[in-house]
Amino acid sequence: MSWIALRALVRKDLLLYFTDRRAVIMGFIAPIAIASFFGSIFSGQGNSEAARIPIAIVDEDGGAVSRAVVSGAQGDKTLKVTTPARAAARAAVRAGSITVAVVIPAGFGDAAGRAFFGGGTPPPVTMWFDPSHAAELGMVRGIMTQHVMGAVSKEMFGGPAGQQMVGESLKGLDALNMPADQKDALRTLLQSVQRLSSSSPQTGGGGRGFTMPYTVAEEAVTSQASIPYNGYAHSFAGMGTQFILFAAIDLGIGILLERQRGLWKRLRSAPLSRLLLLGGKALSGATIGIVTMLVAFAFAIVVFKVRIAGSVAGFLAITAAFAIMAATFGLLIAALGNTPGGTRGVSILATLLMVMLGGAWVPSFIFPAWLQRVTVVIPVRWAVDGLDAMTWRGLGLSAAVLPTLVLLGFSLLFGSLALARFRWEEA
Amino acid sequence: MLEVRHLRKCYSSVVAVDDVSFSIGRGELVAVLGPNGAGKTTTVSIISGLVTPDAGDVHIDGKRLRGDADPGKRRIGLIPQDVALYDELSARHNLQFFGALFGLGGRAADAAIESVLTLVGLADRGGDRVGTFSGGMKRRLNLAAGLMHDPDILLLDEPTVGVDPQSRNAIFENLEELKRRGKTLLYTTHYMEEAERLADRVIIIDHGRVVADDSVTRLRHSLSATDRVSLEEVFLSLTGRSLRD
Repeated sequence: MSWIALRALVRKDLLLYFTDRRAVIMGFIAPIAIASFFGSIFSGQGNSEAARIPIAIVDEDGGAVSRAVVSGAQGDKTLKVTTPARAAARAAVRAGSITVAVVIPAGFGDAAGRAFFGGGTPPPVTMWFDPSHAAELGMVRGIMTQHVMGAVSKEMFGGPAGQQMVGESLKGLDALNMPADQKDALRTLLQSVQRLSSSSPQTGGGGRGFTMPYTVAEEAVTSQASIPYNGYAHSFAGMGTQFILFAAIDLGIGILLERQRGLWKRLRSAPLSRLLLLGGKALSGATIGIVTMLVAFAFAIVVFKVRIAGSVAGFLAITAAFAIMAATFGLLIAALGNTPGGTRGVSILATLLMVMLGGAWVPSFIFPAWLQRVTVVIPVRWAVDGLDAMTWRGLGLSAAVLPTLVLLGFSLLFGSLALARFRWEEA
Repeated sequence: MLEVRHLRKCYSSVVAVDDVSFSIGRGELVAVLGPNGAGKTTTVSIISGLVTPDAGDVHIDGKRLRGDADPGKRRIGLIPQDVALYDELSARHNLQFFGALFGLGGRAADAAIESVLTLVGLADRGGDRVGTFSGGMKRRLNLAAGLMHDPDILLLDEPTVGVDPQSRNAIFENLEELKRRGKTLLYTTHYMEEAERLADRVIIIDHGRVVADDSVTRLRHSLSATDRVSLEEVFLSLTGRSLRD
């Protein structure tokens, strides 16, 4: 008899869910649409060019060195360089259309040359930056350092200004306040530079400057070298978990509505245990959750070429564990809630916090370190990290064991609390 | 058949039911009357297992009902005060579901569905969504849902609230038919004429206690030697005329 009742409880909830057009749209189409959008933003694949950082360079020096710096920056594929006037550059940063404005002051080339050989004060380069893009300031600083060093060293070791600078430095060497042996060493160095410059063919900008002493071979470490990172895998995992939790809210609110409409009295009047009644609800909720995730990923696999490069069994285990966890979360909502309306607002807030902190919207690795440590208490974090591991990271079944166990632990906690706090009296 | 012994239920400091005892025989229809908040619904809720009493117990044919999953609950059918149906589902799907809660499945369920739909006059509307039904049709289907598992005892908590005279009459005929089939019926109501028409016996509850338990005729005679007093006059003489809510 219990089996017939359990099957009826689950079947009825599924029937109610699938006859509700709004629920179906919210449960299946919305996560696919939002995940597709997020995936298109965060995905690293495709032919679309990565967004360049818009910067402005105000060249108030106009010399060979500063022109070389501007030229080098303009050739950098990371930057989108414009060269407005000083006031316009500052206004553009303030307006948010330029992330960083670099001001190269008058006399920069000479001062940088003197400072290059240790004989002068380094000239100040001003950087105005948009504080909402503070992270990009560091990138621009590094890139500009590379171009300035290249331009200055090239001029100093081969350009006419460099030869003049070396000559002046040799003349002024005796006036420098440094030990005699160091002066001798510096004189030898400058004379060597002079000889190098005069022996190099003068081709416009001079001879060779400093270059990067290494090259970088970049490789995104995914499941296999041939499989690139697919940002859609993460976005579908995140949106899948979010909408499973939304379905769980509907489960909890549905129980409150059943109570309000007197339906729960009929359920309670039947010779069924409390565990069976709540178990039936949990089973139907978990089924809806699993179907939600599978439909979302089926779409992602077909349309966006997402692959479960790791363990399929692990993927299914994490999905099932998360769906069970969400269903017990729904039961907890029903146990703690009073009115459907009031409970819905609080539940949505709690869910949004969970998905946000759990890394469902953006990967949790961009969080501050302290937040990354704290969010391990959020089940969404385990589900999203676990699904990432099974999809684009391509890890094996063993990597799914811990997330699955943790999610089942949360299920046990939520389910026990729901069973203990549920209002069973139907006056 | 149904015996209620010394039931007591308190909600904080409020005593909802206080030492309520009565028994009902097979094929008997008993009306439970009482002002608002008298304890009628709480008594029905305790019998049907929705509320756990602080003291006292319920017996069916001498066997005490124990706990949520007691198989004895299968002998009870509850028709709650609210129209407790899923508007989104068809009448047939509703009945199938409520029957399955009592272990009814397959052909037995199909036969029961046809039987109860015919009884309440909805045989031709089984496939329609309940949301499209009128108030009276929903009330009749509400009754049918409680009959799906063919219980011996029916607990009806104000089953005619808000229905038109035609539907009310149809429900009365259904109850009289069920009584003829030997079912035991416990019926709470505010309508004295319903009790006068249907009940073999009337139990009047006030302030959580049974203040009268007798046939309509004897209750009338308890107030006057003639039959001229109405049941309502008897009721008011026992419970008073002050407002309760």
